[in-house]
Amino acid sequence: MNKELTTIDWQKLARYGLLWGVAAVYVSVIGMIESFSGRSIINNTLTLAQVLLFIPPIAAGYMIVNRKEIMPQDRNSVLMGGAAVGAISSAWVVLLIIVQGAIPGIRNVFINVSPALIEVLTFGLGFAGVFIYVAVTAVLGLIGASVHLLPDRGRRAVYNVVLTLLIAGAFGEIFTQVLRPLVGNVVVRALYTGGALNLVAAVVLVAIAGGLGWYRQENQARYEAFRGEIGTPRQKQVYQYQVAIGIILLLILPWIVGRFLSDVMVTIGLFIMMGLGLNIAIGMAGLLDLGYVTNYAVGAYILGILTTVPPDGSGYGFSFWIILPLCLFGAMSIGFVFGLPVLRMRGDYLAIATLGFGEIIRILAISEWLEPLAGGAQGVLYIPKPEIFGISFSNPQQLYYVVFAGCALVLYVSWRLNNSRTGRQWMAMREDEDVAQAMGINLVRTKLLAFTISAAAGGLAGGMFAAKLGTIFPTSFNILVSINVLSLIIVGGIGSIPGVIVGAIFLIGTPELLREFVEYRLLIYGAVLVWMMLARPEGLIPSAVRKRELKSGVDSL
Amino acid sequence: MSLLKVNNIHAYYGNIHALKGVTIDVNEGEIVSLIGSNGAGKTTTLRAISGLMSLREGSVEFEGEDIANYASHDLVGRGIAMVPEGRGVFAKMTVMENLELGAYTRNDADGIKQDLERILELFPRLAERKTQISGTMSGGEQQMLAMGRAMMAQPKLLLLDEPSMGLAPILVELIFDTVKELNESTGTTILLVEQNAHMSLQVSHRGYVLQTGEIVTQGNAKDLQQDESIKKAYLGIE
Ligand SMILES: Nc1ncnc2c1ncn2[C@@H]1O[C@H](COP(=O)(O)OP(=O)(O)OP(=O)(O)O)[C@@H](O)[C@H]1O
Ligand SMILES: [Mg+2]
Repeated sequence: MNKELTTIDWQKLARYGLLWGVAAVYVSVIGMIESFSGRSIINNTLTLAQVLLFIPPIAAGYMIVNRKEIMPQDRNSVLMGGAAVGAISSAWVVLLIIVQGAIPGIRNVFINVSPALIEVLTFGLGFAGVFIYVAVTAVLGLIGASVHLLPDRGRRAVYNVVLTLLIAGAFGEIFTQVLRPLVGNVVVRALYTGGALNLVAAVVLVAIAGGLGWYRQENQARYEAFRGEIGTPRQKQVYQYQVAIGIILLLILPWIVGRFLSDVMVTIGLFIMMGLGLNIAIGMAGLLDLGYVTNYAVGAYILGILTTVPPDGSGYGFSFWIILPLCLFGAMSIGFVFGLPVLRMRGDYLAIATLGFGEIIRILAISEWLEPLAGGAQGVLYIPKPEIFGISFSNPQQLYYVVFAGCALVLYVSWRLNNSRTGRQWMAMREDEDVAQAMGINLVRTKLLAFTISAAAGGLAGGMFAAKLGTIFPTSFNILVSINVLSLIIVGGIGSIPGVIVGAIFLIGTPELLREFVEYRLLIYGAVLVWMMLARPEGLIPSAVRKRELKSGVDSL
Repeated sequence: MSLLKVNNIHAYYGNIHALKGVTIDVNEGEIVSLIGSNGAGKTTTLRAISGLMSLREGSVEFEGEDIANYASHDLVGRGIAMVPEGRGVFAKMTVMENLELGAYTRNDADGIKQDLERILELFPRLAERKTQISGTMSGGEQQMLAMGRAMMAQPKLLLLDEPSMGLAPILVELIFDTVKELNESTGTTILLVEQNAHMSLQVSHRGYVLQTGEIVTQGNAKDLQQDESIKKAYLGIE
């Protein structure tokens, strides 16, 4: 198969295009397109639904160029192949449009094939829209393929433009809210209408983002030169300033972005804590724990039960600040106790056992046996907001600081552990338990320590979660929490501390901000995870060790 | 003086009687070979010595003390280091990280640093490859690393399980030379488990021959090399 192709293998190309086309028809039939069509990226020009529909032809065009067994790499073939594969990818959608026109009863089977969906697919032009759809996908395939023909800087400019437009457009509502008090209504109205970018504003943004991408090399060189001029001691100073400014920004952030975004940030913060905690077990010690929700639940229930003040005066009503450390220790004790029976288990067996623990906690919480304490299905109500020296942390903007402090603590501990003797102990155990033992490492102690410390962060997050909501129900502590935390670690990069933060912002933040995503959350997680495993198995921000492993070709996990 | 005394030990894997009364003595400063064919129980003997295997009968004494009192991981601090069969380096870590983990039980930063230098001198191949990922090194280099790493624990007794397994003849020779040099330059006592009877007896002071869980012959390395039955069975000389 080393023979260079001289012409495009049309049959393979068609198959490739049809495969990508399935993605487009799939998101249409499950209702994603219709529900995403409500969100405009660029006013009257582009909706999120269209972006979603455009991904398959662009991706097909972009990726087919790398398939040397399908097409040669010269310029004409690239352009022609891209356009062809894009157009072919539209086949299923075209078929869908035709079939729904011919068989009106199709909605009984595919309930999401609604007139609204067809309107989106045909650009509101009725059957003539089919031809436009095919033409558009052909152009998109061509664009996707031609990215390869650009010089490096051009490609960077394109990535910049796409990312900027998507973020500025999709999160338009939020930007509108945040920017209004900062830059005034006039500017905001120039940029956005009803939460979508104005066409002119979009063009300006494209120019700026593209320009920055195009000239990035020069800018970077200039910055390096600047750093070289000022000398090492000043460089350090500059770095310190940068860090200081970053921290100050983080501290005033809730007052800049407002209440709604602060609430989202609080949720992200809780998941950062849990992600960092689970990262200790999985990333550092190699213990695949699928029941992390246990610790979250334990923390939440401890805080809930001990601080609640029901109107009938029956609760304990302790202070949040006294109980919060108890959440930590409570979760640690449970982590320790659950660690004991699984000491001898490894890999898959450990994963299944911990999966069971997560369920045990949920069932205990809902059980009649613990009802007097945990309230059964009613949960625990009337949990007061934290308060100290007369300052109440009652709204999200104030709670942000509590969560911020928690994240800072867990972050510091994680970072110290990573570079410690204990961290190396875990790393050795992760690689080979027998050899680690031969080095004199006490496996029992090392494992229990990992479970216990990992649990602490979950307990802390759980306690804060209970205080944030004011009420807790057993249904909040289902396996999805564990899956969310695990997914964000994988997406960010197993073992990488910055990766956890990015993963949490990406996986937890996006569905919170784009309500349309919530319904398809798991579908998107699945797609993102599969794509990650194929394209970037080391995660978005891989840890140094992982990067090395993958590069050196030593098989991992 | 006897450093290690293995007294008539019996060990089982389920119903399989793997060791049927093995007795071995290792004196301080010696290299002792334990030779035997596949499945004779050599690895099992080492596992018994390092506490990874429970004994049905008999005892293992190290420096006159019954080591049944120690957990397996505590033996490293006590002075017994093992290089397991198949080397067992931490494949994803660098050479240096492996060596540092070897000194895991020690707290004397200065002493560790000195030993590190000495070991890198003893194994020049490792010195050239300090930052290489261990799993990408050749089999011989990995064996060197495993031995160097074990030496980082400053053991009094080093247990080597088939260090020459799967290596090219020229490397086999190099490994045995290194074993000898380790013993001579540091005075470390070595119990060497091998199928390659010829080479291992050449560098050893004494030897034991293990057959289906029993010691069948023992003696001076020189004498064993001349022994007709051993020549036939293990040295491939008719
Ligand atoms: N985990 C185990 N379970 C059951 N039987 C085992 C186990 N490990 C070893 N044995 C058996 O115990 C006997 C001794 O095995 P051992 O590994 O000690 O041999 P060895 O002398 O080291 O052989 P080799 O030179 O092939 O490494 C063999 O019969 C083997 O099949
Ligand atoms: Mg063996």
